[in-house]
Amino acid sequence: MPAVSKGDGMRGLAVFISDIRNCKSKEAEIKRINKELANIRSKFKGDKALDGYSKKKYVCKLLFIFLLGHDIDFGHMEAVNLLSSNKYTEKQIGYLFISVLVNSNSELIRLINNAIKNDLASRNPTFMCLALHCIANVGSREMGEAFAADIPRILVAGDSMDSVKQSAALCLLRLYKASPDLVPMGEWTARVVHLLNDQHMGVVTAAVSLITCLCKKNPDDFKTCISLAVSRLSRIVSSASTDLQDYTYYFVPAPWLSVKLLRLLQCYPPPEDAAVKGRLVECLETVLNKAQEPPKSKKVQHSNAKNAILFETISLIIHYDSEPNLLVRACNQLGQFLQHRETNLRYLALESMCTLASSEFSHEAVKTHIDTVINALKTERDVSVRQRAADLLYAMCDRSNAKQIVSEMLRYLETADYAIREEIVLKVAILAEKYAVDYSWYVDTILNLIRIAGDYVSEEVWYRVLQIVTNRDDVQGYAAKTVFEALQAPACHENMVKVGGYILGEFGNLIAGDPRSSPPVQFSLLHSKFHLCSVATRALLLSTYIKFINLFPETKATIQGVLRAGSQLRNADVELQQRAVEYLTLSSVASTDVLATVLEEMPPFPERESSILAKLKRKKGPGAGSALDDGRRDPSSNDINGGMEPTPSTVSTPSPSADLLGLRAAPPPVAPPAPTGVGNLLVDVFSDGPAAPPSLGPTPEEAFLSSGPEDIGPPIPEADELLNKFVCKNNGVLFENQLLQIGVKSEFRQNLGRMYLFYGNKTSVQFQNFSPSVVHPGDLQTQLAVQTKRVAAQVDGGAQVQQVLNIECLGDFLTPPLLSVRFRYGGAPQSLTLKLPVTINKFFQPTEMAAQDFFQRWKQLSLPQQEAQKIFKANHPMDAEVTKAKLLGFGSALLDNVDPNPENFVGAGIIQTKALQVGCLLRLEPNAQAQMYRLTLRTSKEPVSRHLCELLAQQF
Amino acid sequence: MIRFILIQNRAGKTRLAKWYMQFDDDEKQKLIEEVHAVVTVRDAKHTNFVEFRNFKIIYRRYAGLYFCICVDVNDNNLAYLEAIHNFVEVLNEYFHNVCELDLVFNFYKVYTVVDEMFLAGEIRETSQTKEPHLEVLPLVSQQTPLLTEQCGGCRHTSDLLLSTEDLKSERG
Repeated sequence: MPAVSKGDGMRGLAVFISDIRNCKSKEAEIKRINKELANIRSKFKGDKALDGYSKKKYVCKLLFIFLLGHDIDFGHMEAVNLLSSNKYTEKQIGYLFISVLVNSNSELIRLINNAIKNDLASRNPTFMCLALHCIANVGSREMGEAFAADIPRILVAGDSMDSVKQSAALCLLRLYKASPDLVPMGEWTARVVHLLNDQHMGVVTAAVSLITCLCKKNPDDFKTCISLAVSRLSRIVSSASTDLQDYTYYFVPAPWLSVKLLRLLQCYPPPEDAAVKGRLVECLETVLNKAQEPPKSKKVQHSNAKNAILFETISLIIHYDSEPNLLVRACNQLGQFLQHRETNLRYLALESMCTLASSEFSHEAVKTHIDTVINALKTERDVSVRQRAADLLYAMCDRSNAKQIVSEMLRYLETADYAIREEIVLKVAILAEKYAVDYSWYVDTILNLIRIAGDYVSEEVWYRVLQIVTNRDDVQGYAAKTVFEALQAPACHENMVKVGGYILGEFGNLIAGDPRSSPPVQFSLLHSKFHLCSVATRALLLSTYIKFINLFPETKATIQGVLRAGSQLRNADVELQQRAVEYLTLSSVASTDVLATVLEEMPPFPERESSILAKLKRKKGPGAGSALDDGRRDPSSNDINGGMEPTPSTVSTPSPSADLLGLRAAPPPVAPPAPTGVGNLLVDVFSDGPAAPPSLGPTPEEAFLSSGPEDIGPPIPEADELLNKFVCKNNGVLFENQLLQIGVKSEFRQNLGRMYLFYGNKTSVQFQNFSPSVVHPGDLQTQLAVQTKRVAAQVDGGAQVQQVLNIECLGDFLTPPLLSVRFRYGGAPQSLTLKLPVTINKFFQPTEMAAQDFFQRWKQLSLPQQEAQKIFKANHPMDAEVTKAKLLGFGSALLDNVDPNPENFVGAGIIQTKALQVGCLLRLEPNAQAQMYRLTLRTSKEPVSRHLCELLAQQF
Repeated sequence: MIRFILIQNRAGKTRLAKWYMQFDDDEKQKLIEEVHAVVTVRDAKHTNFVEFRNFKIIYRRYAGLYFCICVDVNDNNLAYLEAIHNFVEVLNEYFHNVCELDLVFNFYKVYTVVDEMFLAGEIRETSQTKEPHLEVLPLVSQQTPLLTEQCGGCRHTSDLLLSTEDLKSERG
């Protein structure tokens, strides 16, 4: 039987916990828990009023059960009751229960808020802190609404206790991050900066975090914090190791506060005021000096705390990037750490040096450590340290050391962890190309890559080597010789066969003079690999063979024999079969001259094209990389290498019926929105002029029939698909069948929009009782106002009518309004419900911003509910230009030079509604190899992120 | 900022989970399992830092317990590493030679200690003697028969700090 120590009141809880621990099986545990739950339930329901102690005990047991992973569906009320207890221990358990089991039950929220309100007003610092911690832990919007206005007051009030100020600062930080709109800026903001001067170090520690967050969002308003932070930092850094008493940690004065202050300063450029700057530089130098002093303690806590400040100091020096002297000193300090016996320090030094390498002032200093870093790459036990070493080698690489770094990386690749091979391959490929002085070195490097880590060499890498070889005739002979030698290895990677096949097909003649690589030898070497290769590679080799027939007429008979073999001509794979048949025919019917023309050497690729551009190019058609693959498509074409069928997507297929509205060819509107209801911007397209006079509007009876959403049919099955077509464009044909065509032209500006709908009667018979109407399903009415004008009730055969819609976005909305069209055609009633192409993104205002701002905002929107992400397969060819156009059509600005990967797209904009503005950031990462995209949306409103993500993901 | 704090034992039992971001229950469970998987495979020669999704975990092992703090990638590794140690020292002071079972039986007090030291994902207080609320709580003054008996069964879990010193000397 367990005994419980004196003073600890909750004996029952201890007994229960040890019972649970003694349970031998999950079943026994569940049984014990159920018994306890029944017991607690009966106590709570019993006639006898429970005293505070019992309530606390039972609520605490419930909490324990919940933390074990079981659902709790009662006890909330009892927990709320505990909040109003006057005993600290009871109140504390109540608050803990509320914080852990947040419940959005509105009835309870009111009670909880009430209890919090009382505690905040209690002037008892302990109770106030409990209440503030609860708000900070829950951080819900409801709590923000209830308390965001009170907390700044508590924070800056002269009579608040220090501990209360600490809690208030961070509580406010939480609310500000969750819902910045709820925290009113005001007189307190000026005073909050002065908390940096507070006597109590704990208050400063908490307040700096709040101030840093405020500075990031409104840098100009909080500039005064720079000088205050510098003087605070200066006082700490220059204090003796025991001055700060409780805030000295293993002989290091206030390490966490120092780090926080240094991070605050990283929100700003170097101080403009010379005195402040001088004082700060002094601080930074002091930190660097102290790093050289002998340690005051041998404990790792001492050196960690000291180095935490040192690394943050170096971050600030790198952030300023303006003090060459400090940058070099920082680099030397890190250099010492590279050989430190603490793995942590080696890791952090490598990481930090990586950013130093990109500064012009310290690049050379970083380079002096190359041998140490190479050694780290070879000997570190922790793969993450090796990865940092590889990163640093990449960052410090330039023309002077490229050969050494590339060869070390290649050597490392042979034993590298699988997890980082692909990255190393890419790094080597990029460095080899970037710093190639002679291209034979480049060719050697890439072939080595394929030899060592063929599986990790992506298409872009080997396409690129082919491009460079094709374009530089000084390296072609060398390349042919080298691939020929590489192919002689008994086992060589399939990527090597591809590169070899292509290069020999183009330039095999350059080495044919040597009897060791005569044409028949070349052919039999390639053909010896043929049967072990995949279909794609075999297809490429077949193209090489037909090229050989042209280059080396003496191989013609042998190759024709191969092509004629049953295994080729009757190959189960259509691609291979077709190539064999076509090449065989070509080689037999075409004259030598024709063959020579058709199978001519590939023309040079456009110069200086990066592998990434080549990747895009490949999506568009032949000309890049594997142009040979396209030769077989059109047997009648004489140009085997250049022949291209028009792709279906580029050919417009006119619909059998006339395009009544001419909308398909309509140019995009350029005029600003018309001030009147008349669609004057459409005049050039629609000569009909304004809509029919209102006297032709529906009779009251007809209007009655068409009113009321209840008699609207469900949207047609294709409605969603039709809607999707309009997410990124504003004009086009919304719907068409044998009777009716509906065209759309629309314009949006801020939260307003105007839409013109054109109803075209495709028949020769008049439509009667024609009545289109717009319906708001659900509570869309409150989010979107659509004003429609009536249209003529009769639409003559072959005629069209126009309807104007004025749209105002009141709040963010997720579902589009419905368009219901009813009319009688030849006596039969027709009805049709579509989704009106009004989606939330129409109210996007593009926003241009610099990379730094983008990342800052991106970080600010880092709550998981603010982000929506989708990874999906490409439904359309992945073309960068088309993607750009779609993103612009979607409404966001496209930001260049933000994403480090130039293939990715980054955009920003603001959704304008009457009620609020929602800032949106987006990032689209195409992966051409996998034919996949990853789309990430971050907005300040959760449903908006998700909805935009869904809308946009459909477009690619 | 801190995204979450986890204390787990080697078997993967969670002794404390404190979240500073909204996660649903399934996600929390997944995170707990993932953290356990990445942290427990590492040895003393490895760093105390692991990349984790879009964040990083700073962790330290005390006897059989892993104290893990998940922070943003650009946060200061060593500052959080020592924040863990400071936290453990406060627990040690508070429980008088803290052991794993103290955290089990007094889980509700541990939450209070956490709130004193970390709030809203930021470091709130670093002084070891200025946790004013802690004095109000009744202390587990000595190891009770229950605790010593239980700890005897699993000796390595008792006295976290002592064990970590052992660990350190191993490292050196």
